[in-house]
Amino acid sequence: MDGEKLKVIICSGTACFVMGGSELLLLEDELPEAWRGRVSVEAAPCLGSCKDRSCGRAPFVKVGVEDLAGATMPALLALIGRKLGETLGG
Amino acid sequence: MHYNNNASLVKRELLIRMIRLELEGRLEGGIDRVPYEMTCEPGYQPIRVSVYHDRSILKSRMVARLGFAVEGYVDDGTSLAPLVRAAAERPAPEGPILTVLDEACNACVKSQFLVTNACQGCLARPCVMNCPKKAVRMVDDKAVIDKELCVNCGICQNVCPFHAIIKIPVPCEEACPVGAISKDEEGKERIDYSKCVFCGACMRECPFGAMMDRSQVLDVLRRKCEGAKLAALYAPAVAGQFRAPLGKLVAALKKAGFDAVYEVARGADITAEKEAHELAERLEKGEPFMTTSCCPAYVETVRKHVPALAPRVSDTRTPMHYTAALAAAERPECLRVFIGPCLAKRKEGIDDPLVDYVISAEELGALFVAMGIELGEEAEEIVEAPAGQGGRSFAWSGGVAAAVGARLPAGVPFKPAKIDGLSKEGMKTLRAWADGAHEGNLLEVMACQGGCVAGPSVIANPKVALMQLKKIAEASGN
Ligand code: FES
Repeated sequence: MDGEKLKVIICSGTACFVMGGSELLLLEDELPEAWRGRVSVEAAPCLGSCKDRSCGRAPFVKVGVEDLAGATMPALLALIGRKLGETLGG
Repeated sequence: MHYNNNASLVKRELLIRMIRLELEGRLEGGIDRVPYEMTCEPGYQPIRVSVYHDRSILKSRMVARLGFAVEGYVDDGTSLAPLVRAAAERPAPEGPILTVLDEACNACVKSQFLVTNACQGCLARPCVMNCPKKAVRMVDDKAVIDKELCVNCGICQNVCPFHAIIKIPVPCEEACPVGAISKDEEGKERIDYSKCVFCGACMRECPFGAMMDRSQVLDVLRRKCEGAKLAALYAPAVAGQFRAPLGKLVAALKKAGFDAVYEVARGADITAEKEAHELAERLEKGEPFMTTSCCPAYVETVRKHVPALAPRVSDTRTPMHYTAALAAAERPECLRVFIGPCLAKRKEGIDDPLVDYVISAEELGALFVAMGIELGEEAEEIVEAPAGQGGRSFAWSGGVAAAVGARLPAGVPFKPAKIDGLSKEGMKTLRAWADGAHEGNLLEVMACQGGCVAGPSVIANPKVALMQLKKIAEASGN
């Protein structure tokens, strides 16, 4: 997995924005120094999850292959940390 | 406080559910189930001791979403359906535009100072020595404040070398720049409307969401349903609330049911133009300075709290007014609905006969979600009669002064200054200007720190919204 960055896709669709998703676009400011360079952050239009009730609540973020529903900055950072840990340890 | 906190999300969810039911024609029959539906998911964690209490409070919150004051409302277990009918029948929205939910509010203790266990019981005892009311005593080698004697002056906190004394504030009272909120005898917050300037700071800062605005969105939906034509007048700040170009916002507004769409930034261009000429004239007459007038919370502040400044406030009308005038001339058949991030605009809208309704950016967002409108998926429309860069800059602190400056006739000296937010500091600066201590000849005042992008009813984080707005403004003509 060397050299491959963890891909974080933040939904910036309307439903996610209305439920607070815009905050998450500030992720890059919040990333700890050590994680930068190992994570790529992008904003995407509606990921489609908001239309499927079984996906949980907006806002949604994709972290690698995992979907985070009801995302908040702390939850997102925690998930990224766990993913990075996994990648490292594995 | 953080813009997208849980209290604001609860409000938006109530709005989405209410609008959805209304659009499905099921509001009267379905409204009572909303508090239940919002709290019945398996992982639901009660905010209060019991889920039943949460539901009762959600029900009371719905009263404000229906546009009513909650002060007289008692949840006696009966249905909200009669209120839905009353909302449908009211001829026009009414004030006061704020309402306080006592049940949520009760949770705050009266503002007080408290000695924490960081107290070292030191020899110097500056807290005991300096308290003008002798309210601090030593008990078991720790300082204790006698609540009966304490007058909340804060001296003990300032003099404690261990920072052991903290202030437990009442957030809404702290946030109110004009001292309009205080507790009554029963410990419930009351707004003194002879002082309130409708800036919305209390609404933004109350951690319990007890300070609520009264929605007009249902009125708008009802008029539409009755066959009325609607014109949307969207404030400059609204363009930063969704991550989509203006053309998509326009398309989404039309899809949501607006028959005409007006950019209030066009009215802002007119305001800037007129203020530039007004400033030149006033300076010519020997006046020392002029202040902007587009922020209604500021204008109300001058009226109620700094009347000495009144002669210096620009007589030019607001962007909302000029845009409404444009819409009235071009599309007289349409009801005019202003959409913005501002609470004070709701008051201005009630007072301005050209404006029929004022809905918030939050309500617009909820409307989009309820209708399943995804801005990104809309075909981008051409923005007819686009506003200029100046008008589109009105939404951030400094933007109005810059727009006025750019239109000043040649030879007029331009010395802009600004008050970025009517905080307690901002109020001090304002009073200083009124007393003659001023530098500059144009004072821009915005009640919200950062400008309208940081208004009390925004959706997007102000930083994120500002980036987007600047991009849009920079790509605009003059
Ligand atoms: S808006 Fe984010 S998933 Fe649809």
